[in-house]
Amino acid sequence: MSSVASSGGVRVQTAASVARRDGWLRRLPLLPAFVYVVIVTQIPFALTIYYSFFSWNLLKPGSFKFIGLDNYANLVSDESIRTAIWNTVVLTVSVIGISVVLGLAVAALLNSEVFGKGLMRTLMIAPFLIMPTAGALIWKDTLLNPLFGLLPHLLSPFGLSRVDWVNQFPMATVVTVEVWRWTPFMMLIILAGLQSQNPEILEAARVDGATAFQAFRRITLPLVRPFLELGALLGSLFVVQTFDSIYMLTYGGPGQDTTNVPFLLYLVAFQGFSIGQASAIGVVAVILTTIVATIGLRTLFSIFQVEPRR
Amino acid sequence: MSDTKRGSSNRPIGLAIVGVVFALVAGACSGAGGGGGAAGSTTITMAAVDNPQMADLKTLLPNFESAHPNIKVNIVTLPEDQLRQQVTTDVAAKSGRFDLFTEGTYEVPIWAKLGWIENLSPYIAKDSSYAPEDLIAGIKGALTYNGNLYAVPFYGESSMLMYRKDLLSAVGVTMPDHPTWDQVAAAAKAVNSSSVNGICLRGLPGWGEQLAPLDTVVNTFGGRWFDQNWNATLTTPAWHDAVTFYVNLLKNAGEPGAGNAGFTECLNAYNSGKVAMWYDATVAASNFTGAAATNSGYAYAPTKLTPYSGWLWSWALGIPSTSTKKDAAWTFIDWATNKDYIKLVGTKLGWAHVPPGTRTSTYAIPEYQAAAGAFAAVTVDSIAHADVTHSTVDPVPYIGVQYVDIPEFQQLGDQVSQEFAKVIAGGQTVDQALQKAQALAAAVGKTYQH
Repeated sequence: MSSVASSGGVRVQTAASVARRDGWLRRLPLLPAFVYVVIVTQIPFALTIYYSFFSWNLLKPGSFKFIGLDNYANLVSDESIRTAIWNTVVLTVSVIGISVVLGLAVAALLNSEVFGKGLMRTLMIAPFLIMPTAGALIWKDTLLNPLFGLLPHLLSPFGLSRVDWVNQFPMATVVTVEVWRWTPFMMLIILAGLQSQNPEILEAARVDGATAFQAFRRITLPLVRPFLELGALLGSLFVVQTFDSIYMLTYGGPGQDTTNVPFLLYLVAFQGFSIGQASAIGVVAVILTTIVATIGLRTLFSIFQVEPRR
Repeated sequence: MSDTKRGSSNRPIGLAIVGVVFALVAGACSGAGGGGGAAGSTTITMAAVDNPQMADLKTLLPNFESAHPNIKVNIVTLPEDQLRQQVTTDVAAKSGRFDLFTEGTYEVPIWAKLGWIENLSPYIAKDSSYAPEDLIAGIKGALTYNGNLYAVPFYGESSMLMYRKDLLSAVGVTMPDHPTWDQVAAAAKAVNSSSVNGICLRGLPGWGEQLAPLDTVVNTFGGRWFDQNWNATLTTPAWHDAVTFYVNLLKNAGEPGAGNAGFTECLNAYNSGKVAMWYDATVAASNFTGAAATNSGYAYAPTKLTPYSGWLWSWALGIPSTSTKKDAAWTFIDWATNKDYIKLVGTKLGWAHVPPGTRTSTYAIPEYQAAAGAFAAVTVDSIAHADVTHSTVDPVPYIGVQYVDIPEFQQLGDQVSQEFAKVIAGGQTVDQALQKAQALAAAVGKTYQH
């Protein structure tokens, strides 16, 4: 037993060292990219962690001093970070939820034989191609402004001409603008899924007496489910970072009603110039997004593992 | 086994890719090293706030460069909030990107104290034609630190009440020259109708937006941010009454969507006849068109307990202490802020373009008087009466009329104005907002207590 094991061990060792050398040879071409990624992402992150242990306000020379975990302690006691995290969750969940449903509806429409399908598809994609800042400005000034806006004008027969949408319903406004922006993205991904569907299966279902809704529910939906999940995951990675539309529409307000984590970070870093405090928020944000992304990516990989089984 | 073979055969290709990447990186680095100034001339970089007066300065730049062929001026124009961020990080980090910049009355004393900007008094002393005594007293005081000027005014403003004489007289209201806020509120209510709102007041959050007019209301109601011992005093009756008054005036007779209304929005509303009155910066009146231009009356900032209540703001030009081209920068500042520049703007671009509120002599020029008309006198007198050291009834430990001149105020003011915006939108009560504001201000005040 022992002699067999030892001879086997030697053989395994040789194979392992060959495999290791082989592995490095294969990794070598990737090294420059790897080094580059480390330089541009990990060094700033390490510096951020370093700064998060210091009290440092740019506007107060000489304020740079080590304060240990005080910045993190401030975060625990500070209500604003909790509000910001909650707002981020509300914003992300509602934007992704609504835009996936709307995207599915539009994709189903564009997948059927309707007149002017090509033109409609191009128009539907447009919101995603407009710069977020420009889009938000158009919403705020051209559409929603209570004095000059189009929407209050159109709603004036219903007595809603003087509603200040942006301030009275700030989160709903930001969600609406973001849904408007992300629905085309969801639509594109879901449409790709729908177009991979074999029409003969649907025809067979119809022959078997299934209604259009039943066919959609039992055949189409399970087929596009991976695409829905993919869209939701990719979308939420971006929506979590929403900044432009909040900056342009509400500037995080009124009060703190639409301040999400990226915007809070911006306020602390560039209105308060508290580099230490902002770094601590950044570190916490990275930890939280890493947790969410890890869960998300696991789900994503499980989607791809399911794929061959279909 | 096959893996090993494939790996070794791929090696040269891999090395080639590494080589290409290094070549690209090296190329990019050497490219960044290029550039530099032309021999014999100095190029100075200026960060300028984006406003009409600065645009005029840019237009007139060839006049400067032909008079000073050895100095080239590169003007970087930025919107106010961007300017503040970029210039602040530039001086704070001592990166020396700019040789001169526009800065407000808020920044000058803070930065002068920190030694971030140059004392300009020695430079001014060298030019006998500069006439610093001609600078309007209020503005000059706001730009002075320890008896020296650390920036010179390019533009100055106070605040005043602008009103449509025709609309007010139609409902039988005559506005006095020195109105009280109660009179203004009554007039706003009287003139308010379904087609015309009584008054436009800024509600847009931001210490430079909503808080500017609101702070002057608080001041004249007798409120202050901090007492002499830096205790925050935002839960006092004066604050409660002032904020309640402001919010109620907006609700009862203000413009719709007040939470989004800043200077520009109110200007549009007033110019299109949708509001009958507007309390804002004195410079606003030079942008009036149509009926707003012909039918407007101008009154001093409304008051309650103090005799005057106008704010004070100036865009001034200063030199960061990190600049290596200070003499060239001063040459340009001298050109842009002396009496001759005022005349140059008047003759080349028209007298309505003259930067207001900087020099007393400007208001003695007959052509300017004709162009500036009715609001010139209110402007210059309001600026002269604005006192950055005594802005309210009780003494305060800070300077500033519509702001508190401490570095923390940008963030504090923005947060507090957000709370007030929530009150305007109906999301909370005045007292709830003031409680939160008090907590924020108390945390700031604590750092000034010893």
